[in-house]
Amino acid sequence: MNWLIAILQGALFIILAPLLAGWLKYCKCHLQNRKAPSLLQPYRDLIKLSNKQPVVSDQASWLFITAPYLIFSATALAATVVPLVVVDLPTSASADVIVMVGFFAFARFFLALAGLDIGTAFGGMGSSREMTISSLAEPAMLMAIFTLTMTASTTNLSGAIAHVLNEGLVLRPSFVFALFALILVAVAETGRIPVDNPSTHLELTMIHEAMILEYSGRYLALIEWASQLKLMLYGVLIANIFFPWGISETLNPKDLGYGLLAILGKLALLAIFLAIAETLVAKMRLFRVQEYLSFAYLLGLLGMLSHIILEASR
Amino acid sequence: MILFSAYLAVLLSFASGLLALIVNQRHLLQSLSDYSFNKLFKNQPQPQAWVNKNLEIQHFPAFLRQAVFILLGLSGLFAVIAGLAVLISNQVITDQIPLGLPWLPWHIRFDCLSGFFFLIIGIGVFAVSLYGPGYVRSYKENQHPFASLGLFTGLFVAGMLLVLLADDAFMFMIAWELMSVASYFLVAFQHEHAANRRAAFLYLLMAEVGALAIILAFGVLASFSDGFTFDALRESRLSVAWSSIAFVLALLGFGMKAGIAPIHVWLPEAHPVAPSHISALMSGVMLKVAIYGLIRFCFDLLSEVQWQWGVVLIILGTVSALAGILYAMMQPNLKRLLAYSSVENIGIIFMVLGLTMIFMATGHPQLAALGLLAALFHAFNHALFKNLLFLGAGILQHQTHELNIDMMGGLIKKMPQTSLLFLVGCMSISSLPLFNGFVSEWLAFQTALQVDVLDNGVLRSLIPVAAAALALTAALAAACFVKVFGLIFLGQPRSHHSEKAHEVQNKFMLAGPALLAGLCFFIGIFPSTIIYLINNASGQLLGQTLPNNNLLSWLWLAPVSAHQASYSPPLVLIAALIAAGICYSYFRRNPLTTVRRAETWDCGFGGLTPRMQYTSSSFTMPFRRIFEKVWIIDEQIHKDMKGAMNQDVSAVHYQLHIHDHSWPHIYSPIAQAVNDLARQVGRIQTGNIRTYLGYSFATLLILLWLIS
Repeated sequence: MNWLIAILQGALFIILAPLLAGWLKYCKCHLQNRKAPSLLQPYRDLIKLSNKQPVVSDQASWLFITAPYLIFSATALAATVVPLVVVDLPTSASADVIVMVGFFAFARFFLALAGLDIGTAFGGMGSSREMTISSLAEPAMLMAIFTLTMTASTTNLSGAIAHVLNEGLVLRPSFVFALFALILVAVAETGRIPVDNPSTHLELTMIHEAMILEYSGRYLALIEWASQLKLMLYGVLIANIFFPWGISETLNPKDLGYGLLAILGKLALLAIFLAIAETLVAKMRLFRVQEYLSFAYLLGLLGMLSHIILEASR
Repeated sequence: MILFSAYLAVLLSFASGLLALIVNQRHLLQSLSDYSFNKLFKNQPQPQAWVNKNLEIQHFPAFLRQAVFILLGLSGLFAVIAGLAVLISNQVITDQIPLGLPWLPWHIRFDCLSGFFFLIIGIGVFAVSLYGPGYVRSYKENQHPFASLGLFTGLFVAGMLLVLLADDAFMFMIAWELMSVASYFLVAFQHEHAANRRAAFLYLLMAEVGALAIILAFGVLASFSDGFTFDALRESRLSVAWSSIAFVLALLGFGMKAGIAPIHVWLPEAHPVAPSHISALMSGVMLKVAIYGLIRFCFDLLSEVQWQWGVVLIILGTVSALAGILYAMMQPNLKRLLAYSSVENIGIIFMVLGLTMIFMATGHPQLAALGLLAALFHAFNHALFKNLLFLGAGILQHQTHELNIDMMGGLIKKMPQTSLLFLVGCMSISSLPLFNGFVSEWLAFQTALQVDVLDNGVLRSLIPVAAAALALTAALAAACFVKVFGLIFLGQPRSHHSEKAHEVQNKFMLAGPALLAGLCFFIGIFPSTIIYLINNASGQLLGQTLPNNNLLSWLWLAPVSAHQASYSPPLVLIAALIAAGICYSYFRRNPLTTVRRAETWDCGFGGLTPRMQYTSSSFTMPFRRIFEKVWIIDEQIHKDMKGAMNQDVSAVHYQLHIHDHSWPHIYSPIAQAVNDLARQVGRIQTGNIRTYLGYSFATLLILLWLIS
C-alpha cells in the first residue's frame, strides 16, 4: 500500500510539474501587463514537441541521444524521494536526501556532457557555466539540508519532515538561515532570474539554454519537463521542510486530499513570490553569481553553526 | 593455507621480476633446451617443438612478456584469495621467517587490515597484468628494455605485499624501501628526457625523507619498549607528548608517500612520466599502502589516540582535498590531472580518518567504526576507479600519442568501448549515485553528521565546516571530470592524431579496465559485500564493529540505524531502470518520429571548425576567475600586428601556465636553505692537506679527552 501511494505520488509530481510552470508564467505575465497564455500551455508544448520528428546534429554520438532519458529519469527519481502529500514514504527510506542531491548531480553531469557532445562553442559555454554555478550551489544546498537533518537527526526526508511537524511551531534561527540559503540555491539551480534567464536566447547570458540548444522534438520535451520537475521539486522542498503543516501523516483519503490541497496552495503562493522577485530583480552578471552563491553557502554554514552552538541539546 | 597463498603472491611477484631478466638470455635458453631435450627427455617432439617455437627470435620477446605478466597476474590472484580468506575467516595469523640477520627473524602477521589491503593490491595488480602485455609492446627494446621494467614491477609489487605482512619495524622498513626504490626505477624508466629524470629524483628524495621520518617514528616507540617487533611496540606506554611526536613523524612519513598537501609535489611530477600501468599501480595501490601504514601506526601501534591528532588530520585532509581538485581542474595533461585528483581523494580519506580518531578518542567506538568503514571503503573505491582511469589514459596515449586533453576530442565514435569504460570511471570518481564513489562519500557524510554526540565546541563547529568542504570538493570533482570526459571523448577531434585514432586491437588491454569498471558498478549496487569485509577489519583494529549486522543486509545500507539514514542501491537501480524504460518506450511508440540527422546549427554563418570548440582552459575559465588566489596564474596574451600603422591583428598568441603555490613558498626556501648550509659546510673543505691533518688531530684530541 505504502509503495503504491509512493508511486502514485511520484506520478502526481511528474504530472503537476508543467502546471506549476504554467502558473508561474501566468503570474509573471499579469505582473508585467502582458496577456497570459493558458495554464495548460506547458502541457500543449510538451505534447507538441514529443510528436515532432527530432532533428539531431550529424556530429552527435549515442550519448547525446541517451542523455535526455537519463536526465529525466534521474530527476523523476529525485522527485519520488520527496514527500509531496504524505509524510511516510518507503521511497525516501531507500534513498535519503544526500542521494537526492546525488540524483541532481547525475542529471547535471549528463546535461553538461550533452552540451559538449556536438562540439559547438555554445554547448561548451553552457556546460562550463552550468558546472561552475552548480559546483558552488550544490554544497550550499547540502549545508542547508544538513542543518535540517541535524535538527531531526535523520537524513531521511520523510523522517525529517515528520520531526519538524511534531515539534510544532518553534522558531529556530538555524532554520531561518537554512531557508534563505535554500531559496537562493533553488533560484540558481533552476536557472531563474537573477542567475539565469529561462526565456533568453541571447548567447552572452544564457546558461541552461546554451546547453540544450541542439535538442529538438521529444528530446527537448524530456529536458524541458525535467527542468520543470526540478523547479517544482525545489518548491516542494522549501514548502514541506520549512512549512510542513497540512501534509498528511496517514494514508486515509481525507487526509491525503487535504495534503494535496495544502501543497497546491503552498506552491501557488511560492510561485507568486518567485514571479514578483523575477519581475523586480534584474539578471546578474555571470561573475557576480559566485558572490550570490557564496552568500548562500555562508548562510547554510551559519545555519549549521547556529544549530550546533545555540540549539543542540547540550 | 591462507598464509601460504599470501607467501605465494609475494613469491610469484618476485618470480615475475626475475623472469623478466632472462629476456636477453635467449641463446643460453636455446642451448639449455637443446641440451635437455637431447640428453634428458628424448623422444618428446611436441614439447620440444613448442619450446623451440617460443624461443625463436621473433616469438621470444612476446612470449616472455606474456609469461611475466601471467606470473604477475597469478600473484594478484593469490593476493586476492589470501585477502578474502583472512577477511572472511576473521583471524590473525602470525609467523616467523628466518631471513635477514641470524638473531633477527622476520615477523609476519596477517590480519584483517592487511588482508583488506591485500585485496586492494591484488585487484589492482590483476587488472594491470591483463592490460600490461599489450601496453608494453610499443616500447622499443633498445631504448626501454623490458628486463628492467619487468624486474622492477615485480619487486615493486613484492615490496608492497611485504609491507602489509610485516610485523616488526625492520622488516617493515626493508619492504617499504624495496617498494620506494623499485618504484623510483619505474618512474625513471623513460629517462631520455631531463624532466623525467628530475621527476624521478624528486620522488626518490621525498620517498627517502619520508622513510627517515618513519624510522624516527618507530624509534620513538622502540625507545619505550624492548624490541622492534610490533607486539613489543604495542606494549610501549608513551606520554602524550612523546606519542604526539611519534604521530607527527609518522604523519610526515606516510603523508609524504600518500601525497597529502603540501607534501604532495612529487605526485604530479612522478605519475605522468611513469608508464601508464605503473602510474595506475602507484596511484591506485601504492598510495593505499601509505594509508595502511598510517592506520596501522596510529590505531594499532600507538596505544591511545588523541582527538587533537584527528583535528590535524581533518585540516590537512580538507586542504588536500580542495587544493587537489582545484589544481586537477587546471591541468591540461590527463595524467597530471589524475595525479592531482589522487591528492584530492587521499585528502578525503585523511579527513574521514581524522573523524574516526576524534570519535575514538572521545569514547564513541561505534561511530569510530563507521568512520573507519568510510575511510577504508573510499580507499578501496579510489583504488578501483583511479586504476581504471590511469589504464584508460594509457589506452588513449597508446592510440593517439597524446596526453594533452586539448588535443583530443570526438573519441567516443572512434573508441566506443574505451569511452564507455572511461565514462564509468568518471562517474564513479564524480560520486554519482549507482556507482561506488557515491557510497563511500555518503558514508563519509553520515559520519560527519554524527557530530551532535561530541561535547567539545571546537570540534562541533569544525566538523560541519569540513563536511561543507567535502561537499564542495565533490561538486568540483564532478565539474572536473565532466571536463575530462567531455573534452576527450565528445565534440570533434582537435588534432590529426585523434582524428585517426581507432579502438585498441588487443582485447586484453580492454579487459583490465573492464574488470575494474564492472567492479565499480557492482560495488556501487551491492556495497554490503565490501562493507561486510571491512567490518571484520575494524572489529580487529578498534574492537568494535558496526552495531547490527542485519542492518547491513545486501539490500539496505543503514550504518547508524534504519531510522536515521538508509540507502538501498538495488532498489534505486530498479527504479531507475523502470523510469528510463517507461520514458524510452513512451517516446518510441510512434515510428514516424525517428531521428533525422542534419548539420549542426552554426547561426547561419557556416564553417564551424573544431578550433571553435571549448578547450580545457576555456572550460575552467570561470573557476580560474572565482578561485584565482589558489593558483599562481601566469597568463600572457601577445598580438602580432600588421598592415598600415600596425593596426590589424594578424595573430594572437595565448599562453597559460598554472603553478603550484607550494614551490615558491615551501620548497624553494628549503632548497635555498640546504644550499646555503652546504656552502657554509663547504668552507671547512679548503683542499689543503695541512688543514685536513689539523682536523684529524683536533678530532683525535677531542676523542681522547672524551674517553679519559
